[in-house]
Amino acid sequence: MTTPQPQAAQPATPQAAPQAPPHAAPGYWPGTAPAGGTVGYVSPIPVRKATLMDAVAAEWTKIRSVRSTIWTLSIMVGIIVGIGLLIAAGVNGAGSDMRGTNALAAGFFSVMLGMICVLTLGVLTISSEYGTGMIRTTLTACPDRIRVLTAKAIVFFAVTFVITMVCTALVGMIDTGLLDDQAEFASTGGEWLKVTVGTSLFIALLGIISLAMGTLLRHSAGAITVMLGVVLLPLVVAMFMFTESLSSLRKALFEYSIPMQLSVFYGVSGDDSATSLSGWDPLWIMAIAAAVALGGAYASLLKRDA
Amino acid sequence: MIELQGLTKRYGDKLAVDGLTCTVRPGIVTGFLGPNGAGKSTTMRMMLDLDSPTAGTVLIDGQHYRQLKDPLRTVGALLDAKAMHGGRSAHNHLLCLAQSNGIPRSRVREVLDTVGLTSVAGKRSKGFSLGMGQRLGIAGALLGDPRILMFDEPVNGLDPEGIHWIRNLMKNLASQGRTVFVSSHLMSEMALTAEHLIVIGQGRLLADTSMADFIAQNSRSYVRLRAPETERLLDVLAGAGITAVTTEDGHLEVDGTEAARLGELAARHQLVLHELSPQQASLEEAFMQLTAESVEYHAHSAPPVGAGAPPGGGAAVPPGGGWGADWRKKGS
Repeated sequence: MTTPQPQAAQPATPQAAPQAPPHAAPGYWPGTAPAGGTVGYVSPIPVRKATLMDAVAAEWTKIRSVRSTIWTLSIMVGIIVGIGLLIAAGVNGAGSDMRGTNALAAGFFSVMLGMICVLTLGVLTISSEYGTGMIRTTLTACPDRIRVLTAKAIVFFAVTFVITMVCTALVGMIDTGLLDDQAEFASTGGEWLKVTVGTSLFIALLGIISLAMGTLLRHSAGAITVMLGVVLLPLVVAMFMFTESLSSLRKALFEYSIPMQLSVFYGVSGDDSATSLSGWDPLWIMAIAAAVALGGAYASLLKRDA
Repeated sequence: MIELQGLTKRYGDKLAVDGLTCTVRPGIVTGFLGPNGAGKSTTMRMMLDLDSPTAGTVLIDGQHYRQLKDPLRTVGALLDAKAMHGGRSAHNHLLCLAQSNGIPRSRVREVLDTVGLTSVAGKRSKGFSLGMGQRLGIAGALLGDPRILMFDEPVNGLDPEGIHWIRNLMKNLASQGRTVFVSSHLMSEMALTAEHLIVIGQGRLLADTSMADFIAQNSRSYVRLRAPETERLLDVLAGAGITAVTTEDGHLEVDGTEAARLGELAARHQLVLHELSPQQASLEEAFMQLTAESVEYHAHSAPPVGAGAPPGGGAAVPPGGGWGADWRKKGS
């Protein structure tokens, strides 16, 4: 059935790595004083304590070395910039007035669509490790689970923030370039800040919530579905809540739904009656939600078997 | 050195590992044996702090795994062949592991070379065969040049050349003074590699002994005889105070008497012998004898058909009065 197959590279000498002479002097290892046992082997490789930055470097390698990440991020850039450009061109072509807003508001819809990619990627960053069994290798290499999740969160937050920042800035420039004369108000520096930095922080925090959800559920499809539900369901439910007695609940669901929160940055949430949130409020709400979710993820990761 | 102290793992009301206490010493290959479902993998996961024990502790050179400052330099582990993201190349898989422990980048190329995967370093591990995946896993274990190595079923999926390679690798690693801990359900494989054995069955420690002792205690040697005049031979043997057992296929089996003496005895009585062969029950049988009670998943063997011994499988089962009957009784 199986004949010995010629290997591409015959490992004739299994020990190709340079080795210290066997039974080298023990006691070389800093920080590991063997209790009662003797250290039989000492590696010639220089030893240094692993830190959080090492874990961050490892997570960065992980996130950039998988095609699905690159694909998802490319799609996100494509959606935000592409659809942003289409909307700007469409509004410009129609020549209609943008009453009550500034030119930047036209970027809202494409960012909201692009946000879906962040949900997927945030979940996949950890759930794919559970799906493939990689998590056991990861945790063997770094048994400090807090450090593993922290490193993942730092890397994913940074990646999402930078990409959303670039995309929103680009769309903002397109919008102001094409639509400034159609808009009722000129865009101020504060509005620029909200649309770029505010939106990017908001979406990066949403990414952290997705990462936490992936850690809690460990299952890619399940966690992505839940995150889509979290983002879309409150709005959908609010839309069909006709009963008068539920009107306050309806209003809350509507106001605090993630698309409505995002719209606050763009000032397109409609009349003042639609939402009581303003300014940077959505960011604080999202920061608290992300902190709670991440806390739950830490607890789950520490408690459960990998 | 790895010390297990009363290690216990309970899933619901099922005890997967039950009060395991033993020590794995440096400088030798220690085999970790048990039938499927005996709790080998669970034990190894607890050693690496992936699963937390219900009770008991594991100490790696006197420390808990989670306290290790540089885990990959202390313990290198191969758990399953495919505990890696299939979309990542072999090189990047090892690189992210190296980075997480501050191991120099150059080590990645060294270990790829050691396991013979240099030519596919840039390929995604999704397309790897089981054997290649196993080699990549071993590369990951060797990455930090650790003083303790743990391999869970390392020969799974390897071709004969690969099996030979990993045997030598493990022996070499041990001869350098490292602790090498290898699990397997194949006794015959362990017989060629391990010097010390830890055998478990249904989570309980069954044996913690050197390979030589294990062989001496658990394997039975006997002499097989075949003669045209079986009845006369039996009489002669009985006359000399030797008990022989007749097997189903007409052989005689004699315990505790050397083949030479039996031959001489037959010659003195001018008996024709068609066969006179010393036999050694294999370690596989010894292992099965030891673990028979604790095998979790029994296959039900078909009853023997007629007098014709079933080929292959039937030959391994000794006749009535032998040790086999003994363990079969215990097993039922």
